[in-house]
Parts: sequence; C-alpha cells; structure tokens
Amino acid sequence: MNNIVFKLNNIGKVYNENEKNELTVIKNLNLEIKENEFLCIVGPSGCGKSTLLRILAGLELPTEGEIYYRGKVLRKPTKDIGMVFQNYSLMPWLTVEENIALGLKFQNMPKERQKERVNEYLEMIGLTKFRYSKPYELSGGMQQRVAIARSLANNPDVLLMDEPFGALDAYTRIQLQKELLRIWEKYKKTIVFITHSVDEAVYLADRIILMSRNQGAIEVDIQVDIPRIRDRANPRYAELNQHLLDALEELNKGQ
Amino acid sequence: MGISSNTLINMEKIRKEQGLTWLRMINMIKNNTMENKIRRSISFVAPTIIPLLFIILWELFARKVGNNAILPQVTTVAKHFININADVIGIGSIPKNILYSLVRVFIGYILAIIAGLPLGLLMGYSRRVKGALNLFISLFQPVPAIAWRPLVLGWFGVMSVATIFDLDYGPTYAIMDNFKLSMIFLIFLSAFFPIWGNTMFGVSNVQQVLVESALVLGASKKDIFFHVLLPGAGPNIVNGLKSGLTAAWSCLVAAEMLPGSMSGLGYLISHAYELARMDLIVAGIICIGVIGALFDGIYSRISDKYFSWQRLVR
Ligand SMILES: Nc1ncnc2c1ncn2[C@@H]1O[C@H](COP(=O)(O)OP(=O)(O)OP(=O)(O)O)[C@@H](O)[C@H]1O
Ligand SMILES: [Mg+2]
Repeated sequence: MNNIVFKLNNIGKVYNENEKNELTVIKNLNLEIKENEFLCIVGPSGCGKSTLLRILAGLELPTEGEIYYRGKVLRKPTKDIGMVFQNYSLMPWLTVEENIALGLKFQNMPKERQKERVNEYLEMIGLTKFRYSKPYELSGGMQQRVAIARSLANNPDVLLMDEPFGALDAYTRIQLQKELLRIWEKYKKTIVFITHSVDEAVYLADRIILMSRNQGAIEVDIQVDIPRIRDRANPRYAELNQHLLDALEELNKGQ
Repeated sequence: MGISSNTLINMEKIRKEQGLTWLRMINMIKNNTMENKIRRSISFVAPTIIPLLFIILWELFARKVGNNAILPQVTTVAKHFININADVIGIGSIPKNILYSLVRVFIGYILAIIAGLPLGLLMGYSRRVKGALNLFISLFQPVPAIAWRPLVLGWFGVMSVATIFDLDYGPTYAIMDNFKLSMIFLIFLSAFFPIWGNTMFGVSNVQQVLVESALVLGASKKDIFFHVLLPGAGPNIVNGLKSGLTAAWSCLVAAEMLPGSMSGLGYLISHAYELARMDLIVAGIICIGVIGALFDGIYSRISDKYFSWQRLVR
C-alpha cells in the first residue's frame, strides 16, 4: 500500500517576480512523498526548506510546475494537511483546551465530541492538568506539545513540521522526538519534518533529503533502515550521521 | 505551618470542584494571607497620598494669596460638592450639567463606534479596501475636531435631537434641544479617528503565523476573521475605544466652552469665568478630570481582565 501522498512536478518558486529583488529559491524540483512516510528535510539555512514546506501546506503557491496532493492539484490549505510551526503559533487568548479544539470548531464538530477529542489529546501530551492555562503560562516545550496536539486533534492525513523542536533544550527535544515517534506509529500519519539537526533527522526519519542552496536542489535522498527505537550508540547510526554531516559541509563549502 | 491531612483532602475536593490547577489553588490561598491583605490595602492607599499632599499645598497657597478670584480655598470649592444639587449661577446644578455633557458624549461616541469599528476592521482585513480609503481618511486625521466647528455650525445650524425628531414644544423639547447636532458631530469626529486607527492597526498587526496556523486547521475566511483577527486585535480595539472616549470627552468640554453653548461642564466653566467665579471653575475642572479618569479606569479594567495575555505573550 505505497500510495503517493504528494507529487511535485518540476516545482519552481521565485519570490518578488519581475522586481529588482527577484529571488529564485527553488527550481525544477521533483519529489514524491509516500503514505506513512516519515520524511526529514535537512539543508543549510536559506536553502528553501520552509518554502518547500509551505508549498506542501498550500500556504504558498509554486510559481512553476504543479503540486498534487492525493492526485489533485493543491491550491490552498486544507484541514487534511496539518502544520506545526517553529514556535508561538498558539492563539495566545485561548486556553490550552480551546487551542486544541480550534480546528474542530472550524469543522463544526458537536461540542460533546470536541470535548472527548480534546481530552484524548490532552492525555496524549500529558497536559490534562494545564487545560485551563493560557499559552504564556506554559514552557516552550509544553507549547509545542499543545501545537502538535492541536494539529493531530484535527485528524489530518499529513503532518508538516517546520523545525518544531528547534527552540527547545536538548533534553526536552529528545523527549519530544520519542513522543512524536510514538504518535506517528499509533496514528499512522505521513510526516514531513524540517530540521537543522542531522542527528534529529537520523533519529526520526524513514527517509532523509538534503537540499542545497543551489536553487533548492535535492543533493541527497536516502532511506534510513535502522530499526526503531534507534540507539544513538549504534555504529550504523553514527556512520549515517557522519555521512550526512560530511555532505552538508561539502554543500556549505560550495557556496 | 502545619496542615492536617484532612485539610489537604478538603482542599483537593474544592480544587477538583472548581476545576483549578494546583498552581492556581496555591496562588489563591497565598493571596488570602494576612500579610497580603495588608500589602493590598497599602497599595490601595498609596495612590491617594500625592493627591492629598497636593490638596494641602493648594490650601496653604490659597490662604497665603487670600483672594478667591485668583486661587479659591479648598473649602469654597468643596462646598459645591457638598451642596451638590444647588443651582449654580443660574444654569442648574452641577450634576445636571454633567449629565448634559455625558449624554452628548455618548451619542457622538456611539456613532463613532458604529462607523469607526467596522471600517477599521474592514480596512485592516482587506488590503484593497485599505488602499482605496486610507489616504482619504488620513487627510482628515490631523485636523482637530474643534477646527471643524464653524463649518459644522453652518451645516447643522441649530438642529438638535429635538428638531430632527420633530418634538412638540414642552419640557422634553427643552431637554432634547440641548443635544445639538453640530456638537455631536464634533464629538463623533474626535472619537472616530482613535477608534478607526487602532482597530485597523490591531487587525493588520495580528501575527501572520496565527492566521496561517488557523488556515492549516481548515479555517474559512469567516473563521479567520472572527476567531483570529478579531480576538487578536482585541487589545488594540479596546485601546482605541479608550483613546476615543478620552478624545471625545476633552473635545466636548472645549466645544461647550465656545460661544453658543447653553449647558454642560464646559459652559459652566466659561460662564463662571464671565462671573469671575474661580471656585466654580475649579469645581468644573475637577469634574472633568475625575470623569475622564473614570472612563480611563473602566477600559483599563477591561484590558486587564480580558487581555492579560497580551502583556505576557513572549
Ligand atoms: N516571503 C518571502 N519573500 C521573499 N523572499 C523570501 C520569502 N520567504 C523566504 N524568502 C527567501 O527565500 C529563501 C529561502 O527561505 P526559506 O525560509 O525557505 O529557507 P530555510 O531553508 O527554511 O532557511 P532556515 O533553515 O534558516 O529556516 C531565503 O533566501 C529567504 O530570504
Ligand atoms: Mg525555515
């Protein structure tokens, strides 16, 4: 059952077209993302990772080529494609439970069922006690948990994540990586995950792609077949880590 | 401090009933200790110290000057607030004049909200509407409302609430005739710009990431407007409403002081001036100040109550 979720055909993205500050970020990019795949995107800063993810979310339209989501051209955001932003994306005026219920409210789900769903996800992220708290009362890690719960409560088909753990300390980050894998296995989502950290990619991904600043070209595209739960002490883990770091360094040299 | 296990169990029960987190519960208990009560009553008294000193200095000076036409004594002014219902200089009591001023302000202010709020929301939301209207409206913004008065008098003349509703002559007419359209229009103008401007600013400054995170949750345009832009702009909107009311209030008093006015706090002051009644002028100024501060206080409370998130957002 290897259905294709996303298919990108010769995607190009030019910002400020026909202006002095015109900038080609992505050119001729081809990519297929399969169902249930955990795809990590790594690459130097400014290479167009976020741009690509925003195109997948329907928040940005490609200036060239087509993007298909489950066989249909994607033109705007949909509730089936969820996204977790790097930080501060919770509605600051809503409580934790209201934030988690937000998507359900947009779908006009009956109040009773909203409540059940919210309880389930509060439990999942272990923040039931904080259901009446406002986002500013939570730590960064807790806020990201809520943001993830908010996306998942909406039961999306795909979850896009743009450096969701980038602003967290090392320990919280590792905790959340574990939680995310657990969630991914339980709910069987397709996940596209951007990270600066090669280690994070190797720990999480089924497949890793490395983008370069050369118009967002995909320089490396590898499957990670280390069994989960991955052990950072495993020699193959270290080897892959090193291989990717070398490739990344090579890319940075070329700039 | 010893707490029996029974107390703890009871506390837990209360906590569950109220749906509080432990943190909240502990904070609530903390706030109720004796020490905190004292601290709170001190913080209640503290803001009155400087005004009291001010009054004492004022009285000392007034006695030294010894001339009520230059600086009236505190007692002469206070008399007006003690005999609050006495008719002053033939224009009715102070409360009656306050009431006229208040009604004028509220009519103009509510009209300004009706026009400014939706227009601000729309212009904050749609770049196209903003592009079309912003320059035009901004041209009027720097003009003080008072500067419109001669023009406005020309347009509306002696039209009042009484004349537009075509009331019969009588006591109601006499009262309603106090609410001249010209004056209401000036109040409208002065309240409109802060309300409109702050609302527009608030809507267009809602964090893009909040809009986008609602979009990926499947929000419609209507959802974005009502569940993201409107609440996100809330603090700025309330701020605009507050500045609008303050502006309306000061504009009103200024307008009432100009010739042609027949009642209200501003008129009371200018008429008292003609009669060299310093004590009444000071009493009028105090009323203006206190009412203005009250308006401000009400909105500050609303801000604190509903928009505490804004100060605390990182
Ligand atoms: N809205 C925009 N308008 C103009 N240029 C943009 C816009 N968004 C991104 N860019 C440019 O596109 C390039 C790629 O940006 P993008 O955010 O996709 O990079 P990134 O790989 O996510 O970088 P980082 O790792 O630092 O987040 C950058 O040079 C950036 O300046
Ligand atoms: Mg980025």
